[in-house]
Amino acid sequence: MNTEKFTSKSTTKTGPGRTTTWLNRYGQSLKYALHVITHPFDGFWDLIHEKKGSIAAANTFLALFLLIRVLKLIATNFQFIMAPIQHINVFEEMGSLLLPFLVLCVANWAMTTLFEGKGRFRDIYMGMCYALVPYIIIQLPMILVSNMLTFEEGSFYSVLLNFSVIWCVFLVFVGLMEIHDYGPGKTFIFLIVTVVGAGVILFLMLVFFSLLSDAFAFFVSFYREIVFRLN
Amino acid sequence: MMKKAVSFLLALMLLSVSAAFADDSNSMKEDGFSTSYSYNYDYWGDVQMSPDPYRVETVIDSTTLGLENLENTRISKPQGIFVRNSDIYVVDTGNSRILQISYRNGNAELKRIIREVNGAEPATFKTPMDVFVDEEENIYIADQDNNRVLMTDKDLNVLKTFVKPTDATFNQSSAFLPTKITVDVAGRLYVLATNVNKGFMKYENDGTFTGYIGANAVKVNMADYIWKRYFMSREQRAASESFVPTEYENMYMDDKGFIYATTTVFSEYELLSDTAKPIRRLNGIGNDILIKNDRYPPIGDLDWKSESLQYGPCKMADITALKNEIYVVVDRVRGRLFGYDSQGVMLWAFGTKGSMDGTFNRAIGLEHMGYDLLVLDEMKNSITIFTPTEYGQLIYDATDAYLNGEYDYSAELWENVMKLNANYTLAFRGIGRSKLRQEKYEEAMDYFERAHAREEYGRAFKQYRKIWVEKNIWWIILILALILIVPLLIGRSKRMKWEVIMHEHGKVHK
Repeated sequence: MNTEKFTSKSTTKTGPGRTTTWLNRYGQSLKYALHVITHPFDGFWDLIHEKKGSIAAANTFLALFLLIRVLKLIATNFQFIMAPIQHINVFEEMGSLLLPFLVLCVANWAMTTLFEGKGRFRDIYMGMCYALVPYIIIQLPMILVSNMLTFEEGSFYSVLLNFSVIWCVFLVFVGLMEIHDYGPGKTFIFLIVTVVGAGVILFLMLVFFSLLSDAFAFFVSFYREIVFRLN
Repeated sequence: MMKKAVSFLLALMLLSVSAAFADDSNSMKEDGFSTSYSYNYDYWGDVQMSPDPYRVETVIDSTTLGLENLENTRISKPQGIFVRNSDIYVVDTGNSRILQISYRNGNAELKRIIREVNGAEPATFKTPMDVFVDEEENIYIADQDNNRVLMTDKDLNVLKTFVKPTDATFNQSSAFLPTKITVDVAGRLYVLATNVNKGFMKYENDGTFTGYIGANAVKVNMADYIWKRYFMSREQRAASESFVPTEYENMYMDDKGFIYATTTVFSEYELLSDTAKPIRRLNGIGNDILIKNDRYPPIGDLDWKSESLQYGPCKMADITALKNEIYVVVDRVRGRLFGYDSQGVMLWAFGTKGSMDGTFNRAIGLEHMGYDLLVLDEMKNSITIFTPTEYGQLIYDATDAYLNGEYDYSAELWENVMKLNANYTLAFRGIGRSKLRQEKYEEAMDYFERAHAREEYGRAFKQYRKIWVEKNIWWIILILALILIVPLLIGRSKRMKWEVIMHEHGKVHK
């Protein structure tokens, strides 16, 4: 019975046209996130090694994560969030999450490649995006729920919020373990190393951009000088 | 795919960085201060310009009092001011005298010049700093450089002299230099003296010294302590500052016998976290019982730059308490007055430095006469008298009405305030409370949301939610039922379909 079920599914997969196949794969990889967050050890391994995940799905999750962050600031009832609506800049808000996320991914990749990490950058990025899924599926309904609660009932709200964050952190940890084929101790050490690495990257970026702006200012003044002389 | 994704993310990043530089600060100068004369802080700590709560009624100085013609001595460096009934007492420190001015309906008249008393040696003053007049018009004078506080009757016959205590708790090698005084209803005298950091000195009404109240707790920094204790030589230790509590700046006794005190000795970073407590209300045993129910503690301006003396945080030179525990402080750094209600919510702020009427050079004293405010300026040598405008009076009346239990009348007044100032948080809260009492929950929620009153919003919302659920209970049950039944039906139909397929499969294979 089981095998037959499988074949019936696979027939739909090799159905009409390429786009349907791609969409199907995309749909499958989205759906696979539910498996990953409930069975992280198994899930992350298959995500990478059995190619159950896709970058497209990962991008989707990251985009949803950013969207929900902003939505949360705007739509959560004022009893539960202190967001100065008049000062919020959506792009700033998104950027302040996206930049650290990417820098941390790069730092982790840079560090682990040197120390026998099995994961490629693609794998790390994908795994980390999949680890954001609990945040998405808990926080989105909580925005709605916040508008149905009073201030005194807030503990229910905050417990669930904290739970989603803890779940995400746990998934990040397990995800890195499975992606790099590390033990828990080594993973922990490399989490710390990653943060330090991210600091170094940010520092270098700062230096780079300040040099760039200096160089730019030099050329601008050079141009002005020439224009001034010519006149 | 991957490349595309990365380039998209990079573009997003750049966008966000460029957007970060856009800022929308209004009504602020570069140094972060408000440019408006009257303002208020909103929930986010942003300055919101407001109508003027007070206007200048009159300015009393040497010219208006006719002092030039009379004695040819202008007021010089006045340090203290006191109001009893309709008389203003000003301590003209530079001329070692006290001016008694009667003030009625905007007209000030010099009543008496006190330069000496009967029955004390010496009879004249030397650097008098403060004056207090009790209900029987007995006059208390802090005569600083004569090291005494005099108590006289209204004809200036000395009744009592308070001098340096012989008590061991008072450092006998230092002089007794009273700067500020106040007296409670039982005739107990409280003295703020220079170089005394144990709080206010307290004298019983028979003139005996009975101790100190309201001393600041000594704050010892762990690192400092270890450094001083183990790494300094004895000579270094003796030369360095010892850990001493801070001193007070000024005080005022309200009609309930609590002492409002201000201090200007604190570190800036302690202000917003409310460990500095620049304004205090001391009870009989010297504990601070000031109520602070607002998001920001009462510290005056919330923004400041600290590069120079001009730009530090507010330094409250004096404090006075009106009816209903509303208190007003005056900041000598930027010449501003701040009014707070009994819950520590800022009612208004106004004033600035300058030479026009209504501005100050160096405000040193503050008193009130009804709702009028009197500000003494030691550089301009003048007293500025402020009267509440319609807006200012409405705020007081609404607060009054609420405390008297006239909630609906109070809401009416708050609505008038709202018409004059649509950014006034307290008005929204006041109206919201009244709507809540009238069981107009949805409207109440709207007002509370504008006022950022979470608890009160929660109370209104609870009722609103209850009514909503009762009204829509059948819909809720229907939707819940659908949510439960529909998946069941779908599951069953799927299974049936599957069985049909299996059945046909079986047929084919056979």
